[in-house]
Amino acid sequence: MIAVYLILLISFVGMVVLGILGNQSRASKINVWFNAATLVVSLILALVVLGKGPILSADKLFYIDAFNVYLIVLTALVGLTTSVFSGPYMENERLHGRLTDRRLQLYYSMYQGFMLAMFLVLTTNNMGLMWVAMEGATLATVLLVSLYRTPEAVEAAWKYFILCGVGIALALFGTILLFVAAEQLQGLGSDGLNWTVLFERAAELDPAVIKIAFVFLLVGYGTKIGLVPMHSWLPDAHSEGPTPMSAILSGLLLNDALYAVVRSKMIVDKSLGTDEAGILMMGFGMLSFLVAVLLLSRQQDIKRLFSYSSIEHMGMMTFAFGIGAPLATFAALLHMTVHSLTKSAIFVTVGHATQIAKTQQMEKIRGIVSTQPGVGWALVIGTLAIAGFPPFGVFVSEFLVLVATMKSYPWLTLPLLFGIGVAFAGLFGKLHPMVYGPAPKGQQAVEANMFPVYLHLVLVLWLGLAIPAALSGWFVQATQLISGGAPF
Amino acid sequence: MDIVHPDHYPQLITLLASLIIFTTFMMLAQGKLLTLINLFSLQGLLLAGTTAMVALITGNHHLLISAGLTLALKAIMIPWLLRYLVVRMRLHREVDPVENPVQIMLFGVSLVVFSYYVTLPVVQLSTLATSNMLAVSLAGILLGMLLMISRKQAVTHVVGFMTIENGLFFSAVVSTHGMPMVVELGIAFDVLVASVIFGVFFFQIRDSIDSLDVDKLNRLREETE
Amino acid sequence: MIWLLNLLQTLLFVALAPLLVGWIKWLKCHLQNRTSPPLIQPYRDLSKLFRKETVIAEQASWIFCTTPYIVFSVAVLATSIVPLIAVHLPTAAMADVIVLVGFFALARFFQALAGMDIGTAFGGMGSSREMTIASLSEPAFLMAVFTLAVSTSTTNLSAAIEYNLLHPQDIRPSYVFAALALALVAVAETGRIPVDNPATHLELTMIHEAMVLEYSGRHLALIEWAAHIRLLIYTVLLANVFFPWGIAQEISFPALLEGLGMIVAKLALLGLFVALIETLLAKMRLFLVQEFLGFAYLLGVLGLLMHIIMEVGS
Repeated sequence: MIAVYLILLISFVGMVVLGILGNQSRASKINVWFNAATLVVSLILALVVLGKGPILSADKLFYIDAFNVYLIVLTALVGLTTSVFSGPYMENERLHGRLTDRRLQLYYSMYQGFMLAMFLVLTTNNMGLMWVAMEGATLATVLLVSLYRTPEAVEAAWKYFILCGVGIALALFGTILLFVAAEQLQGLGSDGLNWTVLFERAAELDPAVIKIAFVFLLVGYGTKIGLVPMHSWLPDAHSEGPTPMSAILSGLLLNDALYAVVRSKMIVDKSLGTDEAGILMMGFGMLSFLVAVLLLSRQQDIKRLFSYSSIEHMGMMTFAFGIGAPLATFAALLHMTVHSLTKSAIFVTVGHATQIAKTQQMEKIRGIVSTQPGVGWALVIGTLAIAGFPPFGVFVSEFLVLVATMKSYPWLTLPLLFGIGVAFAGLFGKLHPMVYGPAPKGQQAVEANMFPVYLHLVLVLWLGLAIPAALSGWFVQATQLISGGAPF
Repeated sequence: MDIVHPDHYPQLITLLASLIIFTTFMMLAQGKLLTLINLFSLQGLLLAGTTAMVALITGNHHLLISAGLTLALKAIMIPWLLRYLVVRMRLHREVDPVENPVQIMLFGVSLVVFSYYVTLPVVQLSTLATSNMLAVSLAGILLGMLLMISRKQAVTHVVGFMTIENGLFFSAVVSTHGMPMVVELGIAFDVLVASVIFGVFFFQIRDSIDSLDVDKLNRLREETE
Repeated sequence: MIWLLNLLQTLLFVALAPLLVGWIKWLKCHLQNRTSPPLIQPYRDLSKLFRKETVIAEQASWIFCTTPYIVFSVAVLATSIVPLIAVHLPTAAMADVIVLVGFFALARFFQALAGMDIGTAFGGMGSSREMTIASLSEPAFLMAVFTLAVSTSTTNLSAAIEYNLLHPQDIRPSYVFAALALALVAVAETGRIPVDNPATHLELTMIHEAMVLEYSGRHLALIEWAAHIRLLIYTVLLANVFFPWGIAQEISFPALLEGLGMIVAKLALLGLFVALIETLLAKMRLFLVQEFLGFAYLLGVLGLLMHIIMEVGS
């Protein structure tokens, strides 16, 4: 249990320390060390939970079970690797005059603040506190999106703030309705917002109220997942913010919002007994998936391209969670992991590519492979991975999703296949001219630490070829928790 | 439809709730920024009063703390901050014009009807005396959103956002007699930080497009879609 | 006996009307630091007008000549619907608020026609403005009335007042909104600031006055008196329906006396409000009247909604 408090404490201390020291040159190293510390602690926590089973803190505020412990480790890992990448990247930005010392101070401090909010979302048992942490994550990142202070960045940040703020207000209303339903049960008092309590006594909660609550929760947290039609902040925020921001937004924030929705769904399913919640999620998920793949090919900015890819994948994950069958849930959990790893790797690589080409417009980026092969090939492999090419992990999870869909809703496999195909074509069509061919004159390589990218891609490859027993055990446990059955 | 004749405290709560909706409608019609902020402050005051009343009825004393928090935050601090920003940016003579006020008001009325319809199942099951005000609070939330949609100035957007938060807080108070203290403190903290960040944003927006007319933030629209 | 009382109440109504106008004018003058005419000045004006010769244009038709009489008699009939001192009077029980609206509409119809009858530009302008305002204020008035009716389950005014007297401790939001809506409509219909300036002599800013520009002598006296009665009706409506305390519920001398005392006090207070509003606010531009009345309508609808949402047990 101490591990949980330690994780939160480390992030909090990191935020404060970097708030003071962030403008110095060693700030990036301090950032990395804090992230490394949280990773170590989270691994210890994971071992504890896997050994002893779910743990509930004394004040009932924190609850770790198989579902969120692996997400905690994933968050810590992606946070660490992104911070390793962000060091030289932000230095480069500062050298080019795009950022001042003070803004870097804000950046590093809010990086840790964001990690704190993410960990809080994942570890808390109280649905209200989960909301507070989600809103906190929005607040921490909003100033980071406008870090470059260009008119586009300010506009993107404003849109992000307003859209996510309003969306999340709806989620709060849903949380309040949950509490209303809980208060009907005797003897709950302020425990009524604890997930453990709600899940245990879900069958006694009034279905009418829970139904309305779930709609608000889905729409509210769905805004943060990037579900269509609440998605319009996503491409802007990802393309205008600094690249490490895009990496952690895509890799972590979207996942955590989906986690919040799935936690709510677990309560709702037990209360309603039917799969209405699942159908809603499937609807939103499929809609997001299709809209994203159709808009993918019209993009001209490379970061917007990949952010639409994020929307597409989150849509597919929501869809899979919505199906509800154990196999689909397993697939969705696997997909959450591999997507997070791949997408953050891609954004890191894209960041370097844009630094090389000095622009984000895809028609002006040329010849990356010949200028810096490390970056270029990483971009190719990363895109292959995210598009679902075997033997990468994304292929496995998408395949499992298709199998699960065929089992439960066979006619829905057609739009899924169509979408995957269109996304593949779109991504590759755009990628090709960027990486191959001669480089324009004067294009130089930049200082880049590609280690995180390679690590992520190797992990994704490994997960595609052979999921280690420990990890698959994790997934199976989580699947059983969420959908009540074993996947295989 | 038989009419209920409750005694004094619940009546006062009902009256205060209707006045809160009334102030929201007045905000929809209001063009002057300073008056808008004053109306928002009044709304915060009414909200704190309602919370105190509910605390007195139910004997739930931590609601009194919430009432005090609302008073300090929503009736005093945030309006003060907004007023300071408006004066500092010399906007106090500007007017954020309301186009089609009649249409917007009528749409607002339909939103009130809609929220009544949506919360009917919840209201019918709840045993609390104040439960039928869930519709009023949802109406407050939706009207806050309408305020944001119908205007162009960034300050109005912030006031609309805070109105939504007011409506949420009100719904928590009337339907559950207050959330757990931890959550309330967290929400209050979030709101405070949000308002500070909004303040920072105003300067950023003004520096980048030289006005606070959010319609001019449209560079990201030509690309794609 | 009771019919005699009814007749007396109507006469009292008609006789009190100029006094209210005199009171408001007295207050306004004192608020504006001017010397005021004596309180009974409106009576003096009326008697002066009655003694004067009526000058009628050549093109005037029968509408022009009969309108003053129609308008005045409609006003007198309307007073019989609104309870002034006592509740259980027979004429009040016979007709309800919708009839009242109908009476006002009849009077307005004839007045508008008469304004256009002579063919002058100002008359036509006044008539068209008056009709515009009426088309907006009538729905608002009816909405406020509906709110009242839904609460009291009747549109009959005396029954409504009795219902309200039965539950004096109810502070209802729907009533607050309905009263506000009614107040706004009253301002528009009786032609007070901020909708129309009753003391204006600039023809282009006139609404009500423009319609009666051509009248003189006893015709003008009748129309002015009818306007005073209309103001009294609206204020009595507001005072007695929403603050019904003191009205006589039985036909006995002390009750009637108390009723008379209370209504005089309420009217004096309302007169003060009107005078204050007239002094503090400026006349709105004509196209803003639409928003003003739209707001009144909105208040009526809100009152109705508040009633359904909050005051009805499910």
